[in-house]
Amino acid sequence: METLATLFVNVDWYEIWQATLDTLLMLGGSLLFTVLLGLPLGVLLFLSGPRQLFDNRPLYALLSLVVNVLRSLPFIILLIVMIPFTVLLAGTSLGVAGAIPPLVVGATPFFARLVETALREVDRGIIEATQAMGATTRQIILDALLPEARPGIFAAITVTAITLVSYTAMAGVVGAGGLGDLAIRFGYQRFQTDVMVVTVILLLVLVQVLQSIGDRLVVHFSRK
Amino acid sequence: MIEFHQVHKTYRVAGKRAGREIPALQPTDLRIESGQIFGLIGHSGAGKSTLLRLINRLEEPSGGRILVDGEDVTALDANGLRQFRQRVGMIFQHFNLLASKTVADNVALPLKLAGVRSRAEIDARVAELLARVGLGDHAKKYPAQLSGGQKQRVGIARALATGPTILLCDEATSALDPQTTASVLQLLAQINRELRLTIVLITHEMDVIRRVCDRVAVMDAGEIVEQGAVADVFLHPQHPTTRRFVLEAEQVDEDERRDDFAQVPGRILRLTFHGESTYAPLLGKVARDTGVDYSILAGRIDRIRETPYGQLTLSLVGGDIDAALAQFRAADVHLEVLR
Ligand SMILES: Nc1ncnc2c1ncn2[C@@H]1O[C@H](COP(=O)(O)OP(=O)(O)O)[C@@H](O)[C@H]1O
Ligand SMILES: [Mg+2]
Repeated sequence: METLATLFVNVDWYEIWQATLDTLLMLGGSLLFTVLLGLPLGVLLFLSGPRQLFDNRPLYALLSLVVNVLRSLPFIILLIVMIPFTVLLAGTSLGVAGAIPPLVVGATPFFARLVETALREVDRGIIEATQAMGATTRQIILDALLPEARPGIFAAITVTAITLVSYTAMAGVVGAGGLGDLAIRFGYQRFQTDVMVVTVILLLVLVQVLQSIGDRLVVHFSRK
Repeated sequence: MIEFHQVHKTYRVAGKRAGREIPALQPTDLRIESGQIFGLIGHSGAGKSTLLRLINRLEEPSGGRILVDGEDVTALDANGLRQFRQRVGMIFQHFNLLASKTVADNVALPLKLAGVRSRAEIDARVAELLARVGLGDHAKKYPAQLSGGQKQRVGIARALATGPTILLCDEATSALDPQTTASVLQLLAQINRELRLTIVLITHEMDVIRRVCDRVAVMDAGEIVEQGAVADVFLHPQHPTTRRFVLEAEQVDEDERRDDFAQVPGRILRLTFHGESTYAPLLGKVARDTGVDYSILAGRIDRIRETPYGQLTLSLVGGDIDAALAQFRAADVHLEVLR
């Protein structure tokens, strides 16, 4: 403990704990809303796509455009542009609550595209077989497409969660708190290298944990 | 009974080459009697899948009417079509099982989709179906853990789940090895017998037709070019396409055979036996009575479904050849004089 204390003189472990908690809250909250919004959006993108069940060129073109515009916007710009909207939605643009709306808006189009891709990977024969059983479109989606795409969707959630971790670090810039904020304020601006090292290690551990949980779910649901 | 009245199908290609039309099925009349195993044979692209998929309207016809047991299925609305599809099972070349569901859940899926709620009812039905296809011990496995033959058996159990009266098979054995093909065909024949199910079966192998079908239609370039009872079509093919399929099944090269026969002296004829006559000692008797000598140039004895048949190509030399031909004509065999 002696050595640990001398090594990390500037590290306030309570603050680190608070920041970790904030990061986890931001991540959990934004991931939840991203999945809730992105999954239906991804399904809609898939269904309206060329030669799919609801082949609808104008709708697909519109959704595609919105998704592409949001994805091409650098997250840091989105953060700032969204401030008025965030205040409207969360009551504040600061803290964990203020970070969640921009995080969700930033991650949802990305996640929706990944969901669309995962659904496209499902063999057309599966849709056909389900149609031949007399399934409704709703049944085809809920009972065949989504279960079959589950490994791909879990992979998409994993990638999205990891992307969100790096977004939360950026959200620190607009006063969101969390580990990234700590790294910037103390580690970078005050040259407290020990704080930087601790936060980076914690972020790394977080990413590793997310990736291995995700990988495990993908393998489990691949049923190979 | 399935009836086609002037049914045709033209695909319109969307996208880059928009407007291009592919006439996949020419206006077609067809009758498939209930309880039959009806085979559709043709080369790739002949329009077999199109015709089959029109029956359960996985493809919409461009024109014409399709009646199933007197009901016009081309007139069904979305809801009616879903109800109708529960009475028509379908199996596929690549099985199309859900990889994410166990064997039991795959078989249960059509029941769930049809609105069966009772877990006990579903379990009982699934157990019965899996027993029927010989997979009682594999209920908890996932498709990836099964062999091709087992996957197709799951496909069959799934197709039978809602108690259909028609089973559509699109190249159901084309992805299987010969031994597995034989056992799957045997299962289809058994289902046809025991459940009085009408089976429409697509293949590009005459051997599949010979083993299980009652009637066959031969397709070429979107048209049915020949149809009839399997024995008639198989033993006396008329259309060039049919001939090619039959020769393929016998693994005979027609040109090679013609060259071989050119070396042989005497008359050349082909005898076709079907049924009882296949095992009758006809050749020896004719040879003794008329003094002709014969040699067998080519031959095959096998079965069409359950009925034995034989087809022999002979050359005759010496003796009273006309008397021999007369005796063959009088007997219960089909005679063709080739030379
Ligand atoms: N969905 C489709 N769109 C366009 N053309 C198609 C489609 N399905 C089949 N075709 C064309 O229709 C013809 C008949 O195809 P198909 O019925 O699949 O033949 P088969 O099953 O005998 O191989 C082929 O030329 C094929 O390319
Ligand atoms: Mg085909």
